[in-house]
Amino acid sequence: MNNRKLLVSAIENGTVIDHIPCDRTNDVVTLLKLHLLTSTVMIGINLNSEKVGKKSIIKVADRYFTDEELNQLSVIAPDVTLCIIRNYEVVEKKRVEMPEELCNIVKCANPKCITNNEPMRTIFHVIDKHQGIMKCHYCEKEQRIKDAKLK
Amino acid sequence: MSENRSVITLANLTREKIEYLLQMATEFERHPNRRMLEGKVVATLFFEPSTRTRLSFETAANRLGARVIGFADPKITSGTKGESLKDTIKMVSNYADVIIMRHYLEGAARYASEVTDVPIINAGDGSNQHPSQTMLDMYSIFKTQGTLDNLHIHLVGDLKYGRTVHSLLMAMRHFNPTFHFIAPKELEMPEEYKIYCHQQNIRFTEGTDLNEDVISTADILYMTRVQKERFTDLMEYERVKDAYILSADMLTKAKDNMKILHPLPRINEIKADVDDNPHAYYFQQAQNGLYAREALISDVLNYTLDDITNDQTIIS
Repeated sequence: MNNRKLLVSAIENGTVIDHIPCDRTNDVVTLLKLHLLTSTVMIGINLNSEKVGKKSIIKVADRYFTDEELNQLSVIAPDVTLCIIRNYEVVEKKRVEMPEELCNIVKCANPKCITNNEPMRTIFHVIDKHQGIMKCHYCEKEQRIKDAKLK
Repeated sequence: MSENRSVITLANLTREKIEYLLQMATEFERHPNRRMLEGKVVATLFFEPSTRTRLSFETAANRLGARVIGFADPKITSGTKGESLKDTIKMVSNYADVIIMRHYLEGAARYASEVTDVPIINAGDGSNQHPSQTMLDMYSIFKTQGTLDNLHIHLVGDLKYGRTVHSLLMAMRHFNPTFHFIAPKELEMPEEYKIYCHQQNIRFTEGTDLNEDVISTADILYMTRVQKERFTDLMEYERVKDAYILSADMLTKAKDNMKILHPLPRINEIKADVDDNPHAYYFQQAQNGLYAREALISDVLNYTLDDITNDQTIIS
């Protein structure tokens, strides 16, 4: 890394979210409410990656997220990697884990579900993490997590 | 909000609980008229019209001595003024001891049970669950067969959209059934329920023919209506609507104990000449709904089997 020019400036303290699929960049911003932060947020899109071809990186200065917040990302970008930065050093690397329950993150695909017709939160039970299947707590319809739209 | 005693689905009930509710229904059949619920108010909120289910629930409440409030026509409710379901349920919770609701949206009853401490009985939420229908189906099976165990149950007709067959299948999982699914290709049992059967070790076979030989192995022949309102493609409906028409001459090889059930209303899937056949049971099945619903209402109001057996308010 030392010999290569950083495309996005380094941060002194904060969180780096790496290996985001480019088409999911905005969803990550929305899900973590990064647009509401007052600290610096740098977004790089279409960066070259040896691992995945093209990727996005988001660097969030002066902000650390709880595991619960970060695990929400598993819905839209299950392969992201997270680096916790303190004093320009990576002090911890993490991956996201699919939670047992997805609370108010995605919409139900069933238009006749009560959650799409009433001002209320959604709840999904993840019934198969391997195949990425969730079941709506209310209408009980099973659906694929990767097809889900953010709430 | 604390957990209340609502009945939203039967899918999670234990074998013991199902048998307990059936014993309650048996007691209510012996003595259907009581003053047990005198002073109680039962609300029936029908956001989607359903005369048959509503009358059955209201009769059950009335025969137990409760008073009934509610609406049968959603057009007269504040929902049409834009009121949320939550607000309607909160409002009615101030008046009623139990709320029986039918709603056109799936998951509505579950949500209602989360916004109030008053128990909710789901009288049908869209194409999702209809537990009181399942309870009366099971009571009918229990009554006619003397057991729920080890039965051969043939499900016929619309197995794709028919929620009654899906609920029955799930509730029967404790009783080692063998199902035979008989449906046209377009309306066959959805894959998720076949997976469910495999997971629960429920035996099943599939076929498209309904004839004397197929019927000869059944303990229960559960007929269903092909529901026009579920089809987006009316040509498809026309192709399958008359797929299975049961007539009396198809019953010659039926076992003596075999009974024909149907959730009603029927259109033409059971010919009128079957009505007087000793195997026909669908009208009694509807009557059993009264006792099954008396059991559900009592249970959510915390009455026990002992309370019902030793009830001093029976009207002879």
